[in-house]
Amino acid sequence: MSRSGAEVPTAPAIRVQGIGKSFPGVVANHDVTFEVAAGSIHALVGENGAGKSTLMKILYGVQAPDTGSMEVDGQPFAPKSPSDAIARGIGMVFQHFQLADNLTVLENVVLGAEKLYGIGSSARARINQLSEAYGFALDPDVPVRGLGVGARQRVEILKVLYRGARIIILDEPTAVLVPQEVDALFANLRELQREGHTLIFISHKLDEVLGAADDITVMRRGTTVDSVKPAHVTARQLAELMVGSELPSPQNDEPTVTDRVVVSLRDVQVRDGDRAVLDVDSLDIHAGEVVGIAGVEGNGQTELVEAIVGMIPASGSVLLEGQQLAGLSVSRRRALGIGVIPEDRHRHGLLLDSPLWENRILGHQTRPPATRGFWLAPAAAKADSRRIIADYDVRTPSESTSAGALSGGNQQKFIVGREMSGAPRLLVAAHPTRGVDVGAQAAIWGHIRAASREGLAVLLISADLDELIGLSDSIRVILRGRLSETFDPAHVTASELGSAMTGASTTSRGI
Amino acid sequence: MDLLRRVALSLATPVLALVAAALVTTALLALVGEDVGGFWSVMSTPPNARQQVNIINAGSALYLSGVAAAIGFRMNLFNIGVEGQYGLAAFMAAWFAGGGLVSGPLNTVLAVLIAMVTGALWAGIAGVLKVTRGVSEVIGTIMLNAISGLLVSYLLAKYGTNIGVSQTTTPMPESSRIPEVGIIPGASSGIDGLAFLAVVVGVAYWVVLTYTRFGFSLRAAGASETAAAAAGIDVRRMALVAMLASGAIAGLIAMPSLFSDTFAYGTGFQPGLGFTGIAVALLGRNHPGGIVFGAAIFAYLVDRGTQLNVLAGISPEIVSVTQGIIVLSVVVAYAIVQRYRTRSEQASVARRSSATSAKEVLA
Repeated sequence: MSRSGAEVPTAPAIRVQGIGKSFPGVVANHDVTFEVAAGSIHALVGENGAGKSTLMKILYGVQAPDTGSMEVDGQPFAPKSPSDAIARGIGMVFQHFQLADNLTVLENVVLGAEKLYGIGSSARARINQLSEAYGFALDPDVPVRGLGVGARQRVEILKVLYRGARIIILDEPTAVLVPQEVDALFANLRELQREGHTLIFISHKLDEVLGAADDITVMRRGTTVDSVKPAHVTARQLAELMVGSELPSPQNDEPTVTDRVVVSLRDVQVRDGDRAVLDVDSLDIHAGEVVGIAGVEGNGQTELVEAIVGMIPASGSVLLEGQQLAGLSVSRRRALGIGVIPEDRHRHGLLLDSPLWENRILGHQTRPPATRGFWLAPAAAKADSRRIIADYDVRTPSESTSAGALSGGNQQKFIVGREMSGAPRLLVAAHPTRGVDVGAQAAIWGHIRAASREGLAVLLISADLDELIGLSDSIRVILRGRLSETFDPAHVTASELGSAMTGASTTSRGI
Repeated sequence: MDLLRRVALSLATPVLALVAAALVTTALLALVGEDVGGFWSVMSTPPNARQQVNIINAGSALYLSGVAAAIGFRMNLFNIGVEGQYGLAAFMAAWFAGGGLVSGPLNTVLAVLIAMVTGALWAGIAGVLKVTRGVSEVIGTIMLNAISGLLVSYLLAKYGTNIGVSQTTTPMPESSRIPEVGIIPGASSGIDGLAFLAVVVGVAYWVVLTYTRFGFSLRAAGASETAAAAAGIDVRRMALVAMLASGAIAGLIAMPSLFSDTFAYGTGFQPGLGFTGIAVALLGRNHPGGIVFGAAIFAYLVDRGTQLNVLAGISPEIVSVTQGIIVLSVVVAYAIVQRYRTRSEQASVARRSSATSAKEVLA
């Protein structure tokens, strides 16, 4: 059945039968049943909170199930800890990398597994051997600090291979990658599959799932609802299986762009040493306009956001409705009407251990309703948090719940609600729907579109080309810190943008 | 119900820690063959009037020290230099007050201000090194502790007067002293007049931290530097201000005893309060009310400890062991309670989401 083509009836690599797991008052998993064929690439899809993470933790021995049974290679499997799972050849690659930045690749891989091949030349030999066998192109002696996201992920995979894993679970491996890196990752995964490994990966991105997986299991509300073959479903059908209802369609309705310029950038430069990492000659965003920025990650998007928001020093001029922002602090700029949906919500958007109402104050600490002059206004901040929770459908028991207890999609909806508060004139949205489920994604798109109809200027940075094309009124491509000509999202195709992003468009065929 | 739960959870940490410390101390005493019964009978005897006064005086100094450490902790700074800051501040205040440039209450007020400014500046050195050169405040303040001690010895030797083998500053004039307040009947001594500073500092710490923009910015910067910076909070400025405030409060630690008891900087100066304050802040979870509890427990333990040798023949050092175990237990107990709290919160979030999903299904 699987692409490895083995017709011999071998036992499935993993068989999960009727697994259930309850936490006090909630059922996280119930009647979870599915099989993963040996040597296949198996995708597990579902909304945030559908129970995928709990299931992965059960498989990896982090949590014990209340009911049901599991088998690995036909043998009963009841891990008491991750080391039991590792002993049975199961490895896990977490979404948030667990690497020590200042150690080398070798040191990171060996850390905690010193008994296998020591820490010296035999360990290095083993790492080189694995790296070459699967085309990882990793130098054991470079510090992880200097590696990109894709390479870091390969280090994580190398770690589990080094520990002898044959069944590898990857938790949302593509969430952090750009399109090119995604392709490289799936090439690596196929390489692993050819060598007889079984791969299970969790994803939100349905196109990838359809393109890469041999089998797909869909989870919804804590249970497995269906297992399908990619050849038999479309992305839309798959998404509907996940959310259990008809999907809203991400279509841009009639344009609302006005001729009033809200934001105007001229000759904005950010330098790193003597190299300009951002060099924007001219960028205007009008009221009611969504300007999308496409680009391969690391081409100056982060610097563009930070230069506008004022987090890094930049030369040149940034005007917000005629007011010069250059030289103003982040706090002044935000008070003048800039809202920011940050790229990394955990690092830049939230205080995870603080209640939601305190997070409502964050970034708004200089203006009502969060504060009154010198004093905080907890009652007003709480009331306004309740408004956000209601209007933006944030699923939380109350405004006093810690931000960190919410799922990613609900955290993001809260951030969007907060940043839309206080009538911003410009919204800078960096990857606003990254790592959130389909339902939250549609809601966030709806809010951005509604606000732009009201006259908000939006700068949208995204690695999701469908999102860019669906939301933007015009698209600019950023390459090595410079902005390209303007593309019309109504007529541009993803592949045209793709070639502009890699710098191939000038030599091939213009727009 | 919700409030009750929250209160119960926040009390769980110190209670768990104290129970663990009591068990370990008992086991330790039994192991070395000490008189366990005697230990507990001394520890559980209510202090008499004089001892109550001692506990309150020691407790107020520990409270100030605890708040000084807690201000740093709230900004994610480990000001280990409270020790050096209050030592130098006490010397400068005593030196100024004894110098008699002015007299009466003005002398007192100026001396207290000098103590605060000295503490702030001494901590500020570490703060400036931290925000401009990236020097860890732990290293900075440890080094400054050593320098502070030597500097005080030098100044004392050069400008102090000799009493036997030790030196002291000139005692301050009568008119600048603060009388003890005899609110506990039957005690031969009273509570240091300036002990009320602990109350003022506690209330100010609570109000500023909880209800002001500045307090919010400080807590946000301490909780996540990156998120605070993205929200427009000047993290470096917050770090420097936190060090200055921590040092200023540290400067107050020795003031009550200086103006009501010792009247000069010399042999009567009590060292070590700065380090104990770190433990007190940990025990009180940096909370203004919690630190009251921590300071009271530590002051009580020290006072009972002095009785141990007399009444049960046990070396009072066992009390330091108990204090150490309390601090360790607090760290462990807090981690356990926090884990429970997080889990129950996530469960309640999940409950809310599944309830909504169920509603959607029905709709």
